Amino acid sequence: MANILALVEHRQGTIRDITYELLTYGRKLAEKMDGKLTGVILGHNTGDFTESVKKHAHRVVVADHEVFKDFNAETYQHALADIIQKENPFLTLIGNTAFGIDLCPALATQLGVPFTTDCIGVEIADKKVRVTRQLYDGKMDAHVYLSEGPSYMLTLRSGTCAAEEGNLTADIQKIEASITSQPDYKKFVEYIEAAVGDVDITKADVLVGVGRGIKEQANMSMIEDFAKAIGGVVACSRPIVDANWLPKDRQVGSSGKTVKPKLYIAVGISGAFQHIAGMKNADTIIAINKDPNAPIFNEADYGIVEDLFKVVPALKNKIMEMKQ
Amino acid sequence: MDLIVCIKRVPQTAEAEVKIDGSGKDIVKDRLTFDMNEADSYALEEAILLKEKSGGNITAVSLGSAEAEDTLRIALAKGADSAIRIKLEDFGELDGFKTAALIREAIKDIKFDAILTGCMSTDDSYYQVGPTLAEMLGIPHATLVSKIEVADQKAHVHRELEGGLIEHLEMSLPAVFAVQTGINEPRYASLIAIRRAAGKEIKVIGKEEISSEAKLNSTLEELFIPPVGERAEILTGTPDEVSKRTAEIIKEKGLI
Repeated sequence: MANILALVEHRQGTIRDITYELLTYGRKLAEKMDGKLTGVILGHNTGDFTESVKKHAHRVVVADHEVFKDFNAETYQHALADIIQKENPFLTLIGNTAFGIDLCPALATQLGVPFTTDCIGVEIADKKVRVTRQLYDGKMDAHVYLSEGPSYMLTLRSGTCAAEEGNLTADIQKIEASITSQPDYKKFVEYIEAAVGDVDITKADVLVGVGRGIKEQANMSMIEDFAKAIGGVVACSRPIVDANWLPKDRQVGSSGKTVKPKLYIAVGISGAFQHIAGMKNADTIIAINKDPNAPIFNEADYGIVEDLFKVVPALKNKIMEMKQ
Repeated sequence: MDLIVCIKRVPQTAEAEVKIDGSGKDIVKDRLTFDMNEADSYALEEAILLKEKSGGNITAVSLGSAEAEDTLRIALAKGADSAIRIKLEDFGELDGFKTAALIREAIKDIKFDAILTGCMSTDDSYYQVGPTLAEMLGIPHATLVSKIEVADQKAHVHRELEGGLIEHLEMSLPAVFAVQTGINEPRYASLIAIRRAAGKEIKVIGKEEISSEAKLNSTLEELFIPPVGERAEILTGTPDEVSKRTAEIIKEKGLI
């Protein structure tokens, strides 16, 4: 029987959405192989977590200890290594999140378990695991086989499947924490909240998102002018913040803000999944990009395949004309 | 502080059209430009900043083909003191795990306080090499690192979490830091420094010098174009025509 283990991810006392995606995906994979899905909770005061998770898994293994209140890849690795060795699952699923990225490679390496990261699909046939991953800035997909091993581990990208309502009633198994203090060499200290800036892009009806295609800082004024003309606010993708052309609070995406404006105009943004995650729920999306294969065109309602330096000034003029 | 920086030379695909080559397992690379992986250039800069504060040596390591030596020379020009190329051509197919194993072999005689890598490379986006290497070396790691402050062999490290939240960690050295983009402002190498670096020796090591028992964790079967869902309605015409149509659409939505 091929069982699946899924790690419950939580932060600041709340289960994160990725958990329910993992549990939904894991349950489907397990059922295909006549196996069971086990949710693993490492946390502190986990009563509510267990209540929420037990509808989504056949079994829940809980280690409740203060040391698991906040994520530390070291304590999690220690505890999970023990659990995986005891449970001997066919596959362990972890979210491809800031936590999962810190945890999975070291944990799998310690256990000698073949692993890979950032999967957007998993197929299991004849005990072989084939995953789909994205390469080259998300412009290519790849089918990748995991090498044969005693067990497998992978991280699953957020959004790989929609979380479904659970209708199971898991057996709950409480276990002792196998580690009870943080190691001296890696200690969680605190969470630091993002600084609050003067503009809240989550409140704007119209956002003009600018990306790497803008090329130079000097060109940013063109975007500011355009946003002003349309009555919108300038937001951006990660490279613009990395270059310090806009503050962090203007960044749209998984490590920035999630926005839901009436109109999002993506200018020179190719559409990395991290960015898409932050703006896909906008009512209307218009994308301007010179690469016809840019992933942003899969999310946009309207696309303009053209040099942004030609389109943006022309569009600004048309909007100004219309306003008069 | 003695530092090791892992650097990869990658095709620049963010702003380019990407096509699959005849093997079905790789992309057509002859019309792409290559450069230091973006996150690695931030890792290198962070190493240089740490060295400027506390002295020490920086060794840049790259697993790559002969062309990777150009990228290593850029690292030397910016501030690395020595450079090692691990011969990609000697080790066949790679994944994050085997890459980490080969780097571990290549650096086993080098004293270091920290290893810095980019948190991911833009070509195969594994996010694996840093934490895997740390586990192989039996030292702690942090990924997605957005700040490093070192005092008395302790590092205060920030990691970037989702939604802009920061995780603050205290770590002891030696450690591996997989650095996120945006942690600093990578410098440009001056022409004089580039000229000077052209004459520096790059140590090249291959299967005669190192071997690894590491087996691949994964094997790429095929590349394919991501399936397109409901694609955008593409507006066609001159910039003026598409602008007119776009403005009309925005007006129809009641936003002008």
